[in-house]
Amino acid sequence: MPGDHPVLPRPSLRFVAVWRRNLLVWRKLIVPSMLGNFGEPILYLLAFGYGFGSLVGDLDGMRYMVFIASGIICSSAMFTASFEGMYSAYTRMAEQNTWLGMLATPLTLDDIVFAEAVWAATKGLISAITILVVASLLGLVSDARALLALPVIFLAAFTFGALALVITALARSYDFFLYYFTLAVTPMLLLSGVFFPLTELPGWVQGLALALPLAHVLEIVRPLMTGAWPDAWLPHLAVITAYGLGAIVLATWLIRRRLLR
Amino acid sequence: MAPDRDIGGTATNRYGMHSPSAPGPAVSAISIQQLYKAYDGLAVVDGVDLEIAPGEFFGLLGPNGAGKTTTLRMLLGMTPIDGGQVEVLGLPMPEGERAVRERLGIVPQFDTLDPDFTVIENMRTYAAYFGLSGPTVEARIDRLLEQVNLNDKRGARIDALSGGMKRRLTLARALINEPEVVVLDEPTTGLDPQARHHLWRQLRQLRASGVTLVLTTHYMEEAEELCDRIAIIDHGRIIACDAPSRLIAEHIEPWVLTVGGADAGQLLERELGPKDRAHQVADTWLVYTAEPERLRERLRALGRESTLREADLEDVFLKLTGHELRD
Ligand SMILES: Nc1ncnc2c1ncn2[C@@H]1O[C@H](COP(=O)(O)OP(=O)(O)OP(=O)(O)O)[C@@H](O)[C@H]1O
Ligand SMILES: [Mg+2]
Repeated sequence: MPGDHPVLPRPSLRFVAVWRRNLLVWRKLIVPSMLGNFGEPILYLLAFGYGFGSLVGDLDGMRYMVFIASGIICSSAMFTASFEGMYSAYTRMAEQNTWLGMLATPLTLDDIVFAEAVWAATKGLISAITILVVASLLGLVSDARALLALPVIFLAAFTFGALALVITALARSYDFFLYYFTLAVTPMLLLSGVFFPLTELPGWVQGLALALPLAHVLEIVRPLMTGAWPDAWLPHLAVITAYGLGAIVLATWLIRRRLLR
Repeated sequence: MAPDRDIGGTATNRYGMHSPSAPGPAVSAISIQQLYKAYDGLAVVDGVDLEIAPGEFFGLLGPNGAGKTTTLRMLLGMTPIDGGQVEVLGLPMPEGERAVRERLGIVPQFDTLDPDFTVIENMRTYAAYFGLSGPTVEARIDRLLEQVNLNDKRGARIDALSGGMKRRLTLARALINEPEVVVLDEPTTGLDPQARHHLWRQLRQLRASGVTLVLTTHYMEEAEELCDRIAIIDHGRIIACDAPSRLIAEHIEPWVLTVGGADAGQLLERELGPKDRAHQVADTWLVYTAEPERLRERLRALGRESTLREADLEDVFLKLTGHELRD
């Protein structure tokens, strides 16, 4: 029974070898990968920023373009990490048997799943950094406090990567991921304060948004990027962390049950 | 307690543990007791006991679905054990999985080469999974690729390799950590005769250098050729375990006579000796006998030719596991 194995994963530092494997593959495809990672969110930023910006005027006391820059950074990290944890990880798990190959070495499933989540977080961070660079070139970032947003985004991307791995563990084909995108990722994108302040929404929708992690990421990242200190950052961080820990434990357990039977 | 007496006079505990130079009895490389595994309530490995000595070349034979791969996967910590005990290199499984796999080489039944990498990158990445890198490993990779004749394919993508090349690369990769035990699940399935003989030579070299080998195969002559000892497994149980020559001596009549023709059955019914066994395979009959000449003469007198050969492992296998098809 898979239940014989301890429920809490115990990854070792060997996970770095798996992370490096993904990095090496990514380096081979760096041009198309970066374009996808970075082209689309920049387009969103410019189109919404300039397009809506003139109509909307100021929001929460800042230019709309400034407001939306922090939103795009967070949603882009979410999308990148989710894609990596679903489509790419599923390919390695189910199509290429990459993980089975790793299991013939001293690596354990705990190492592999943890490494995949850290890798998804890394890709989320890379996309956030590229957008941050462009945003600061456009003068949309207030001060060096924005750098403090990066560790938060890394943690958040780990959480989104781990959540995606839970879905991957349950998937029988690529089509399955559409459910998660439709039922979780898109609602988070639209309701968490990426494009407009959360406070514009009815109370119960706000409650719903705050039950999911992305809104909490924005509560910390937006002030840091617009020259303020987030208030009450600890509870927000706690929600993101709790989702991340819960997801990595569940993902490891489900993938163990699926692969090692 | 009685004092221990050492044979050969070297200081060692009487189990010869942790003392490679000790002449005492060696610990098993692999020790399995009452191993049990069920899928959906159905036993697929059902009380297997095995002791494999260090340096031994051990073969696991059995029809499709007999439980060979499942047994090996439990040895390697890749399938949870439902019952019984497994020790590999003195370490209990699955608790010792990391430490064990660090010292093991594994050639799985189905290739798991990394299609995102070239041949040489596959070797390097796999080495990294063991925590191995640097000039020593580079030299080792060169030597291994040389050994399996893939040196001129170093930069090739995996999907550009033939089935045989993939198999060879899988073997080279499995040797990257200089393993003490190498486990091979059908390493030669799908290989042409040249590639198979090439691989045999390599396995013999490993055997000669003291590596313990465990092999599954559906090629009886391969098992007979390579293995010191063979276990035949069916429905998850070991039904025979011995040296190939002794399996043949103990389980089957020494000669096999092949008789063809539509009326061969009727003929044999009359002419078969009391200790002979006849078995129909498609439109020919196989007669297992200790005294082939008598029957051969009788058949010849009736104008019927038959071919005579020595019984081999395949005959033992078919006798013990039956002739009907498995799924
Ligand atoms: N993950 C699994 N889930 C359910 N049943 C399984 C699983 N793995 C193996 N089995 C079943 O267990 C039995 C033994 O399979 P195993 O792969 O060990 O056979 P084998 O001796 O290696 O056969 P082959 O020679 O065809 O490789 C088969 O009936 C197989 O269908
Ligand atoms: Mg098998």
